[in-house]
Amino acid sequence: MKNPLETWKGAVTLGVILTVILWLIAGAMS
Amino acid sequence: MSGAFLEFLFRWGHILSGVTWIGLLYYLNLIQGAFVAEAAGPTKVEVTTKLLPRVMWWFRWAAMSTFVFGILLILVKVNAAGSMGGYFKSPQGMSIAFGGILGTIMWFNVWFIIWPNQKVIIETNQTAAKAGKAPEGLGKRPRIAFLTSRTNVMLSIPMFFFMAAAHYAGGVLIKF
Repeated sequence: MKNPLETWKGAVTLGVILTVILWLIAGAMS
Repeated sequence: MSGAFLEFLFRWGHILSGVTWIGLLYYLNLIQGAFVAEAAGPTKVEVTTKLLPRVMWWFRWAAMSTFVFGILLILVKVNAAGSMGGYFKSPQGMSIAFGGILGTIMWFNVWFIIWPNQKVIIETNQTAAKAGKAPEGLGKRPRIAFLTSRTNVMLSIPMFFFMAAAHYAGGVLIKF
């Protein structure tokens, strides 16, 4: 599988996924 | 000078520096990288030896300035809250903790991975250009710098989310 960081679109997609995960974690911790 | 005014000055500096830093990060990742990949040999050399050193100077010092103003802002906030724990347990503090950790990782990547590699890439290209030769011995440096830069693009998305969320954290961070 190609590294998603090869393209800026892959990096942005990973960034959005990471945002949702961290948002849930931050919510659980608050 | 009141605490609120000092906080405002630090925030102003933090935003100005941050816009400069991340603006250049997006320029490198969205524009310059794609351009260099398509450019002819002599243009590539010009970009790497003359344009990139200027971009990297503003890029790394804007990152440093953003980091320093961010630390100063947190100190003012912690001082106003009375304690470190008191501030970071608030919804705003929690959001800033997440954004600040992401921003600190990005600052570390710039100063300890991207810049040390780019410095060698620039100097090697400058030496090779003066000698009229192709640059040699860069090994994995361009690849490491590229992937770390892309990692920072990825981290910038949640980083901005939490920085912006801090002002509305009570409504953004939801305990399910």
